Amino acid sequence: MTQNVSPPRDSTPKVSPAGEPPAWRAVLFRADVRTLSLLGVLAALILIGGITKPDQFLDTRNLQLVLTQASVIGVVTVGMTFVIISGGIDLSVGAIVALASVWATTVATQEYGFGGILFTAVIVGLGCGLVNGVLIAYGGMVPFIATLAMLASARGLALQITDGRTQIVTVDGVLDLGERDSYVLGVPPLVLVFAAVTVIGWLVLNRTTFGRRTVAVGGNAEAARLAGIDVRRQRLYLYLLSGLCCGIAAFLLIVLAGSGQNTNGNLYELDAIAAAIIGGTLLTGGRGTIVGSVLGVLIFTTITNIFALNNLQSDVQQIAKGAIIVAAVLVQRRTASTT
Amino acid sequence: MPKTPSTSRRGLLFGAAAVSAGVLVTGCTSNESGDDEPAANDQPAADDKPGKQVTIGFAGPQADHGWLNAINDNAKKRAGKYSDVTLEITEGSNDTAQQIGQIETLINKKVDVLVILPADGKALTQVGLKAMRAGIPVVNLDRIFNTPQAYRCWIGGDNYGMGLNAGHYIGEKLKDKPDARVVELAGLDNLELTKQRTQGFDDALKNYPNIKKVARQAAEFTVESGQAKMAQLLQAQSQIDALWNHDDDQGVGALRAIEQAGRDEFLMVGGAGALSAFEAIKADNGVLKATVLYPPTMAASAIDLARALGQGKGVGGLAEFEIPSSVTCYSAVVDKENVDQYMSTGFK
Repeated sequence: MTQNVSPPRDSTPKVSPAGEPPAWRAVLFRADVRTLSLLGVLAALILIGGITKPDQFLDTRNLQLVLTQASVIGVVTVGMTFVIISGGIDLSVGAIVALASVWATTVATQEYGFGGILFTAVIVGLGCGLVNGVLIAYGGMVPFIATLAMLASARGLALQITDGRTQIVTVDGVLDLGERDSYVLGVPPLVLVFAAVTVIGWLVLNRTTFGRRTVAVGGNAEAARLAGIDVRRQRLYLYLLSGLCCGIAAFLLIVLAGSGQNTNGNLYELDAIAAAIIGGTLLTGGRGTIVGSVLGVLIFTTITNIFALNNLQSDVQQIAKGAIIVAAVLVQRRTASTT
Repeated sequence: MPKTPSTSRRGLLFGAAAVSAGVLVTGCTSNESGDDEPAANDQPAADDKPGKQVTIGFAGPQADHGWLNAINDNAKKRAGKYSDVTLEITEGSNDTAQQIGQIETLINKKVDVLVILPADGKALTQVGLKAMRAGIPVVNLDRIFNTPQAYRCWIGGDNYGMGLNAGHYIGEKLKDKPDARVVELAGLDNLELTKQRTQGFDDALKNYPNIKKVARQAAEFTVESGQAKMAQLLQAQSQIDALWNHDDDQGVGALRAIEQAGRDEFLMVGGAGALSAFEAIKADNGVLKATVLYPPTMAASAIDLARALGQGKGVGGLAEFEIPSSVTCYSAVVDKENVDQYMSTGFK
């Protein structure tokens, strides 16, 4: 079995020596080294931002801004991290965010006020996650295909609901949540939700049997099954979890943008996957951390922020973003291999 | 409609008659030409009176945002107004291959005229050529084909003019203000139209040496991206005098970011002409003071042109016997003064 697992690890040869399944403690230790190197990258970015635009970058408002902008994709990334750790992938996250955000902002839903919008967003997210989960766990579909199908259908349905129109939110309770007046001790409510999702995600992954089962399924599904884990049910739950995160993210996006639009969540799937990978989650499953993923999101958001503050244009931004992804992964590898 | 002969036949009939009779005839048949037109006034111009039956094939991209949706609505409504027009409308698609297939189906159906808004103008040039070779004249709507051979008439918006007019509007408002600071929230940078809008804006601002464009960021025509980029722009610039936003859809997000940042020291000019923007301009209780049109009514005009083409007529109000080969719609500035006039054209 170990022989079967080792080939994909060839792409990361320094991380796992000679096909030996790494001990649990070693994994934890390496994860910490990775986290440190990510913090290093983030610190370097903060230094660059602080030097180039000291007044605008090192500012409470800017910190609030960066964290707020990171919240929506951050919540999605937490769900995505669980799915990737289990050896799966969820390409439908952006489409689910779009569908949930437009379903929750139709004229009919808005009649039910704050609760109606929140409830609808979460239920639509869970519903899509359920469909993904059933297709993958019990329908035997490959996650890539099942969620790709969901991507297409959810985007189509979102377009059908909106007819291409921007649905503006008129419920004051929802809009107020995005205003400065509702900041709690200077922390925007969106950021509080992001923080809560991160903490809960960390606890679930590291301190519960659910988390350990997720890692086990991703590491070796057959071994997990032989060890008595109901792999199918675990997979179903994981896609439900990802759907739930998308529902929450959709609500945050509604608050942030004050509207629902079928173009919402554009390319979130790639942003979330990239953040998770930068954060040290293995695409082949079996390893990954919530802290790493969240740092990945913060690195991306900080880059965007620094570029915008320095008035660099989209072309330069995209080139540099690609370069920084490569650099971040290389730095991590080096750090991980030297210890 | 059989009891009303076409204007051309009537023109022939009365061709040799006294000039006063000719004036009388056109007075009856054309709603648009006045009595004081020059001698060529018996030219057959398209008007509201039913004429020869025309089947118009319409192929557009997927209506995934407000403006494109308004394009479809405008085309359908205009065609519905004419009893002599049958509109064959295809399911919109952003996929080049699929749109080519749809247009080829319309060619095989032998529609009389095609109106095509390509998802990608350059990529669909071949199918435009194919239609023209099959003897079906093409009205190319907005996104232009690679070669004029692929269409009989092009009608579209003026992206450079949008930027120019936005720049002049802002320039006039700020011309007495020393060291005025302006920022630009552009649309999707991959598109040529974004470059043209920015170029027009920059060229207009050159006329006002006291105004400096201090920052520019590109959003993606979506509410979400508008909010995100505007929030960053506001953080980067602690004080500005004016903002030009290329698109009213992303403007919904931009306005949200402005509200969240609690800023109101500047004037904002939008682009495209969404209903929500018109309403905000009319209410006059925020930073949005004007928007520059990229009128979706061009689709209605495209139907008019296609109908005239199918009936072999010219355009009312112009002296030529044929429709023009190119029509560029004006990017009017809509502000509080004239917003009522445009309210009905605003799209959701």
